[in-house]
Amino acid sequence: MNTAALSQFADHEWKLSGGWTVHSLGTLGKPLDVDACSQGNIILDGEKLEALDSAGAWVLQVWLQSHGAAATLRHWPPRMQALMEQVGAYTKLKAAPNTEPNADLTTAVSDNQASAMPTQSPAVRLLTQIGVSAYAAAGQAIALLTFTGQTATTALNLIRHPTHIRWRAVLHNIQIGGFEALPIVGLTAFLIGVVIAYQGADQLKHYGANIFVVELVGYSMLREFAPLITAIIIAGRSGSAYSAQIGTMVVTDEIDALRTIDIDPKELLVLPKIAGLLIALPLLTVFADICGVFGGMVMARSQLGISFYEFLDRFGREIHGTAFLVGVGKSMVFAVIIAGIGCFQGFRTVDSADSVGRQTTTSVVQSIFLVIVADALFSVVFNILKI
Amino acid sequence: MIEMRGVSTHFGKHAVHTDLDLEVHRGEILAIAGGSGSGKSVLLREMILLQKASAGVIKVFGDDIASLSEADTRALRQRWGVMFQKGGLFSALTVRENVGLPLREHTALDDKMIDDIADWKLSLTGLEPDDAVKLPSALSGGMVKRAALARALALDPELLFLDEPTSGLDPASAREVGELILKTHALYGGTVVMVTHDVDLMWQASDRVAVLGEGRVLMTAPMAELQHNDNPIVQEYFVDARASAPPPAPPSPAPPPPPPAAALSHGR
Repeated sequence: MNTAALSQFADHEWKLSGGWTVHSLGTLGKPLDVDACSQGNIILDGEKLEALDSAGAWVLQVWLQSHGAAATLRHWPPRMQALMEQVGAYTKLKAAPNTEPNADLTTAVSDNQASAMPTQSPAVRLLTQIGVSAYAAAGQAIALLTFTGQTATTALNLIRHPTHIRWRAVLHNIQIGGFEALPIVGLTAFLIGVVIAYQGADQLKHYGANIFVVELVGYSMLREFAPLITAIIIAGRSGSAYSAQIGTMVVTDEIDALRTIDIDPKELLVLPKIAGLLIALPLLTVFADICGVFGGMVMARSQLGISFYEFLDRFGREIHGTAFLVGVGKSMVFAVIIAGIGCFQGFRTVDSADSVGRQTTTSVVQSIFLVIVADALFSVVFNILKI
Repeated sequence: MIEMRGVSTHFGKHAVHTDLDLEVHRGEILAIAGGSGSGKSVLLREMILLQKASAGVIKVFGDDIASLSEADTRALRQRWGVMFQKGGLFSALTVRENVGLPLREHTALDDKMIDDIADWKLSLTGLEPDDAVKLPSALSGGMVKRAALARALALDPELLFLDEPTSGLDPASAREVGELILKTHALYGGTVVMVTHDVDLMWQASDRVAVLGEGRVLMTAPMAELQHNDNPIVQEYFVDARASAPPPAPPSPAPPPPPPAAALSHGR
C-alpha cells in the first residue's frame, strides 16, 4: 500500500491517493494543515484511493472544515464514501455550537467541560478540590466508624456464643500471616540490629563507652524498632492480602452470596483475621526482638570487642522488662490497625478490578501511616506516664 | 409469597423505581424482565435484603422485611436460595464444599452426610462427580451456573432467586439451564423469581413475566398475553426478538400457547 497523499491537480479539484488508514497517517497530519484549501465546494477525486478508515476520513473532514470547505466525492468506492459521510456528519455535530444540548451525549459532556474549566479561576478550582477531598475524607471516616462499630458488635456476639468462633480460619491466618512471615521479619530485624550497633559503635568508641551499645541496641529494638518494623512488613504483606482477598470477593459476588446464605462476612472474614494477627504480630515482634538484638551482638563483638557473654550479661542486668512489654503491647494495637484497615478497604471495593487494586494500595498506605501515628502517640503517652 | 407495595429506589438524584408494585404467587416461576438499567437486579437485591429500598413496603413470606428482628432475618435467609449472575461461588472452596457450605453452617449433619447431599445436588444440576473436587476457577461458564444453582438448592429452599441464570451462555447451554430450572421447580415445588433478559428462557420456563419500565412494573402476565400487549415499552422489548428465529417448543408442564412462528429468540 502506498503512503497517503493529497494533491491539487486543477482549480477546486484534489486527488487522493494511497492508503488513508491509521497506520499510514502518522506522517501526514502537518502537511495537510499547511496545504491551502480553497473555500467553498471542492471535488475530491478518489480514483487512486487504496484504503480509507475512520481515522483517514476524520483527518480529511477536519481538514475540509478548518478551511470552511465542503467536498463533492468523485470516483469513490461506495463503502468509503459512506464512511466519509458518516464521519462528516459527526464532526459537523461536534463543531457546531451547542444548539441542541441533548442531541449527543458525548458532545454535550465535552462542551460542558470545555466551557466549565476555563471560567474557573485557579483559586476556585483549588477550593473545589479541597472541598471534594474533605467531603470524601469525612465520608471515609464515617464509614470506618460504622465498620468498627459493626465489627465490634459482631465480636461481642461471638464472645457470647464462643462455639461460633471460626478457629480454623484463625489458625489459617496465623499460619499465613505469622509463621510464613518469620524469615523476612527475622532477617529485616537482624539487619536493623546490625545497623544500629554499627552506627552507635562509631560514636561510642570516641567516648570509650563501648559497653553502652547494649542499652542502645536493647532499648531501641525492644521498644521501637522490632514492633514498628514488624508491623510495617506485615502491613505490606498481610494487610494488602486481606484487602485484595475481600475486594475480589466483592467483585465476584462472593460477599453477597455469603450474606444471602446467612453467613456474616465480618464473622467469617474480618474477625478471624483480626484475631489471627492479634496473636501472630506480638509473637513476630518477640522474634524480631531476638533477631535484632542478635544482630547488635554480632556487630558489638566484631566492632567493639564485646563478647556475647559480656553483652548478654549486661543485657540481663540493664534492660528492664517494661521495654519488652511496651513493644509487645504496641504490636497488639498495630495488629488491630493493620487487620482492620485491610478488611475495611477490602469492603469498600466497588465492582471492578481497578477498584481492587486501588483499595489494596490505599489499605497498605493507610495502615502504615496509622501504625506510625499510633507509635508517635504511644511515645507521647509513655513519656507523660514515665514508662 | 412476595409482595412489594409502593417501592421507590433512588441513588442520589437518579430514580430507579418509583412507586412500584409487584406480587409473586406461591409456587410460580416469575420472570422479571426489562431493558438494561431498568432496575431488575436492584429489585432482586431488595427482595433478598442486600439493598434497602428508599420507600415502600416489601413483604416476603408475609412479613415486612424492614421490621424483621435479627433472628427472624437469619431464619428468613435460610428459607431461600440465591444464584448470582457471576455465580458467587467461593473461590477458595471446591465445588462440593461450596454446595455443602449452607448445610455445614446451618445444620447439625455430619461431614459425610453433607458431602453426600452436596454430590446429589450436583448430580441433579448435571455436574459430574469429577467436577465436585474442582475449584470454581476450573469450571466453564455453564458449569459455574450449574454449581451455583446446586448451592442455591442446598437447603431445599421454598423460594429460589435466580439473577440472570443464562447470561453469558451459548444458546444450547442456556436452554439446558432453562430445563434445569423447570426440573428443579417440578421436584421441589417452590417459588422461583428470576431476573432475566433472555426471551427464550421466559418462554421456556416462566409462568408469568413482570416487565419493568419507567421505574415501575408495566404489567405482569404470561408470555403469550404479553406478546399481544400494545404498550410501546413492552413491545419495544420484544421487537428484536420478533425479527429473529422462532422460539423453542414450549415446556411440558403448563405449556404456554405456542407463539407465532415469527417470534422470539435471543434478541437482547
